Amino acid sequence: MHETQYKLVKCTINGKPVQKMVDVRASLTDMLRNDFSLNSVKKGCEVGECGACNVLIDGECFNSCIYLAIWADGKNIRTLEGLIGPNGELSDIQQAFVDEAAVQCGFCTPGFIMTAVEILESGKEYTRDELRKLLSGHLCRCTGYENILNAVEKTMLRRLGKLHD
Amino acid sequence: MYDIKALYEAESVQHACALLLAHPEAKVLAGGSDVLIQIREGKLAGATLVSIYGLDELRGVAMEADGTIRIGALTSFSHITRSSVIQEHIAVLGEAVDMVGGPQIRNIGTIGGNTCNGVTSADSGSTLVAYDAVVELTGAEGVRRVPIRDFYIKAGKVDLRPGEIETAILIPKECYEGYKGHYIKYAMRNAMDIATCGCSANVKLSGDKKTILSARLAYGVAGPVPMRAPSAEAAANGRPVCAETVDAFAKAALQDVNPRTSWRATKEFRLHLVEELARRALAEAVRKSGGEL
Amino acid sequence: MNGTVGKSEKRVDAFDKVTGRARYTDDLCDRNALVAKVLHSTIANGVVKAIDTSAAEKIQGVVKIVTCFDVPEYKFPTAGHPWSTDPHHQDVADRLLLTRRVRFYGDDVAAVVAENEIAAAEALRAIQVEYEEFPFVLDAEEAMKPGAPQLHEEYPNNILAHTSIYKGDYDAAIKEPGLIRVEGWYDTPTVQHCHIENHICFAEMEGGRIVITSSTQIPHIVRRIVGQALGIPWGSVRVIKPYIGGGFGNKQDALYEPLCAYLTTQVGGRRVKLDVSREETFVSNRVRHAIRTHIISYVRPDGTFAARKMECFSNQGAYASHGHGIAAKGMGAFPQLYPCDNVQCDAYTVFTNKPVSGAMRGYGIPQAMFAGESHIEDVARALHMDSLAFRRKNMMPVGYVDGFSKNENYSDSLNQCIEKGMEYIGYERKQAEYAKESGPVRHGVGMAIFWYNTAVWPISLESSSCRMVLNQDGSVQLQMGETEIGQGADTAFAQMAAETLGIPFQDVHVISTQDTDITPFGLGAYASRQTYIGGFSIKQTALMMKERILKYAYELTRMPPFELDIVDGNIIRKNDARVLMSLGALATEALYSLSHSEHITAESTYQIKSNAYSFGCSFAEVEVDIPLCKVKLINIVNVHDCGRLINPALAEAQVHGGMSMAIGYGLSEQLLFDEKTGRPLNNNLLDYKLSTMMDHPDIAARFVENYEPTSAFGTKALGEPPACPGAPAIRNAILAATGVAVDRIPITPHVLFARFKEEGLL
Repeated sequence: MHETQYKLVKCTINGKPVQKMVDVRASLTDMLRNDFSLNSVKKGCEVGECGACNVLIDGECFNSCIYLAIWADGKNIRTLEGLIGPNGELSDIQQAFVDEAAVQCGFCTPGFIMTAVEILESGKEYTRDELRKLLSGHLCRCTGYENILNAVEKTMLRRLGKLHD
Repeated sequence: MYDIKALYEAESVQHACALLLAHPEAKVLAGGSDVLIQIREGKLAGATLVSIYGLDELRGVAMEADGTIRIGALTSFSHITRSSVIQEHIAVLGEAVDMVGGPQIRNIGTIGGNTCNGVTSADSGSTLVAYDAVVELTGAEGVRRVPIRDFYIKAGKVDLRPGEIETAILIPKECYEGYKGHYIKYAMRNAMDIATCGCSANVKLSGDKKTILSARLAYGVAGPVPMRAPSAEAAANGRPVCAETVDAFAKAALQDVNPRTSWRATKEFRLHLVEELARRALAEAVRKSGGEL
Repeated sequence: MNGTVGKSEKRVDAFDKVTGRARYTDDLCDRNALVAKVLHSTIANGVVKAIDTSAAEKIQGVVKIVTCFDVPEYKFPTAGHPWSTDPHHQDVADRLLLTRRVRFYGDDVAAVVAENEIAAAEALRAIQVEYEEFPFVLDAEEAMKPGAPQLHEEYPNNILAHTSIYKGDYDAAIKEPGLIRVEGWYDTPTVQHCHIENHICFAEMEGGRIVITSSTQIPHIVRRIVGQALGIPWGSVRVIKPYIGGGFGNKQDALYEPLCAYLTTQVGGRRVKLDVSREETFVSNRVRHAIRTHIISYVRPDGTFAARKMECFSNQGAYASHGHGIAAKGMGAFPQLYPCDNVQCDAYTVFTNKPVSGAMRGYGIPQAMFAGESHIEDVARALHMDSLAFRRKNMMPVGYVDGFSKNENYSDSLNQCIEKGMEYIGYERKQAEYAKESGPVRHGVGMAIFWYNTAVWPISLESSSCRMVLNQDGSVQLQMGETEIGQGADTAFAQMAAETLGIPFQDVHVISTQDTDITPFGLGAYASRQTYIGGFSIKQTALMMKERILKYAYELTRMPPFELDIVDGNIIRKNDARVLMSLGALATEALYSLSHSEHITAESTYQIKSNAYSFGCSFAEVEVDIPLCKVKLINIVNVHDCGRLINPALAEAQVHGGMSMAIGYGLSEQLLFDEKTGRPLNNNLLDYKLSTMMDHPDIAARFVENYEPTSAFGTKALGEPPACPGAPAIRNAILAATGVAVDRIPITPHVLFARFKEEGLL
């Protein structure tokens, strides 16, 4: 009988301190989906090539599929579920994805939005080409990326007070 | 869920070395962007792992008293790029590792992992080789320092002894001072790709910017491991800054390389790139150094 | 009319998708489900002599192992086509759940069901398969040669089908004096759909029936195929389709639903999940047909065609799937887009030991447009004629009617689209400017037009069903058999329903999930059919519903029903536009009335016996770095007449996606195989070069809106066509920049290196 090795992981997920015994073999994707029902974390390749499972860990983006769950110990993790307001309000970047028709099948959307959050929270202004590079760790087959880029760029400019609509 | 037989988390460098000696079959897990994928592929399924990811003492870039730049082995690519020390003294390294994969990969991938996996296409490899970087290895018996050119033994094989882990990359002052470099990653995509050919050149020009005092050139994927191009360097050292020098440098590089044909690219195409990229990388390094071509 | 059709309404599913609440197949499967994994062959051609599962069975957590020696012998077809009751028009039934006769590297020979994925994967590695290997063939033309390895006994020389279109007298016509002959061979690659959600399904038994939840485009078709594969009544299968993470045609096949359904029956009806890996998706699902096309044109010096010949060889891979439909559709475009009196066309679909080719966005037209539009450029060059002028002289005229489909070219779409595209890209100015360049880095502009059909009539059945249910508040549930796969169908359906009913867009609640037990029958997402076809059943059903509502309104208002209308959710009197009551008030009364209680619903099916042309073009601008053998796409625009736009913003977004696929098709994507073993070399998203955001310029979608007369809402094919002209437009732009014609895609640096050397540029 194979003895499963567990570790107690204490971390913060979407602002809430949590703890969980996790199988050391679990990826962070496994933990977030299976133990916390955070279904926005999608599985598209499971080898870090598509970006669908992207989450923020201590403010930086990681493909959670190639991040061991045990490494989350002590970390602050944010997923798409954490963006929505207490009364169901969309954050500006989520609303921009809706308004710019940046969503089609929706499978890459959570990962993209979380990278956008990292970009936006830097408070910096990037050129369109710089944004392309910052978003290049995500594959999308539906949108040709055009409207996703527009959504991120417009939200950035709005936050910087440079786009008034 | 990964097919991992057992996983040990190191709490210190010494603990990591002890774990590796106790479990000689174990693989070192740094950021995991290679090892975990090989587990998924089945190549390393059922592996025993020693995770050193939690060793924060191996993170960060610092300038030592003697001017040596010290990059902790677990420093992620994105942190290298953002380091002010790197930006000021060896910007090309920050630029090179900013071409690895995509942003998320650059947040998890470490320079230690990138060098220890012994892969010729590593985007950090050619620049580190071009700058005569030194690999710091720590084992139960202490610390070893190995020039990176000697650290690479053959494809996928580096000079890492049982119970040893890479703890830092060191770039001595004389290796970077006065040099400006340029790295070209030639790949099929502009992101999320591995290099078809990587070319890193750097130069130190004379005070009047008319003479190349020293030029260094290294490649990824021009041979089984990242490699220097001594013939090219010889063709440029002491020569005037001019198009002819650049051309001679680029042509001479062909004598130093040994690319192979694979499904990813033919030898002929890679040789074509070796020359063309050398020309462009040197020209750009010269420009960054204030020289005019 | 309250004007929701034609407005860029926000997607009905956008909120759920930007919050992570939209449920996809894996999100609906509990984590204690058993896990199934498939063992794929490691040879390209041969037979399984024996399978030893003894070591695998001992692995802790393994529940059941099924091999090709265990499965039922019901051969079944997989193509997502409507069934035909005429045996001559049925899809080829050549699949078994698992096969002893292996026909490609990656064929399915055994399956493991285990308690967890690690045990399942370990068991796969522990299964020993003994093969007898046969020689294999990967190339379609090689496969047709005498002595080539044979894949299916019933198909000599591996030819699944050969069809022809002959018109006039080609052989006589080419004897006309003074003709210029232009000949070319054009190659397109094997590519994959690369939807970001891999195919996944889970199955379990409930009440003695099999319930399958699947990431599919075609739930009702999958139900039939599962029934056929398991040899069970079709009604004993229930298929549920939740949100899916893209499909692009791959999921227009029954993929692993039949096997998964079978596996649940082998483990006592417990829930079994079969989650396909990305690596398997590339090899063991479906790919786009690689097609090699040979075209000969005889043209007069005045720029008119005397005769044209085209033959194409379509690489089917190991099993028939959608089969000859793809090559046949591509061939069909040839004599129509540039009509000519003397034409000979032959299309061959040929089995090879490659992964199975099926439907993929464009269904043969991306291949046909690459060949056809590259060739048109070559012909124009041979004539020293401007290629745009040459196209405009020869392309399908207004009023053209196709004899088979009865499609009529009602409007001057092609010219209108070309003009818009020229203007957007600055075609003539840039052409002149770039012609002066001679350095190592050069620029060029190029273009290609496209031809497309909408839906599958008259080749197959076209029908659609719709159900509407009036709620107590006057809102309406809408159910369609046609599926949302990311393209925005649900939103377009809601707009069409709201418009016809006269209620606000927000008051239509689309039930996105198809459940074959609940949802009215529909065929699903393919052939750019759904808005066109679904429009008929929506309009018909909404009008029925409206009639019932107004009839009830008569009881409440004493106004004649034909003098009433519904506007903005209110019952109004037409002659003075007076609001008599809200629909909500009526609906409440209707349901709870003690004198006449009625649940107002409507449901209907519409069979459509028409089809519609859909035309447009792409213009591309490139920068070619000759020494680096690299193409940088600087600018690209697609101009499309898909009739009236139901939702302009979503239409534009969908065109962006098609263009992106075309860019990858033209420049970077191809699935490669080891010539020695038939093994796929790059079946992952790192080595298969799908464009990233850094590989695109800004991409532009423009439209020309000519109302389509055959359509319930004036609309026609939108989703697939933009995937068709991009690759030849890029090819022609590279030709304009460098003078080098590249007759195969993708036009990678490797291809350019070879071509530039041949042409002396390097």
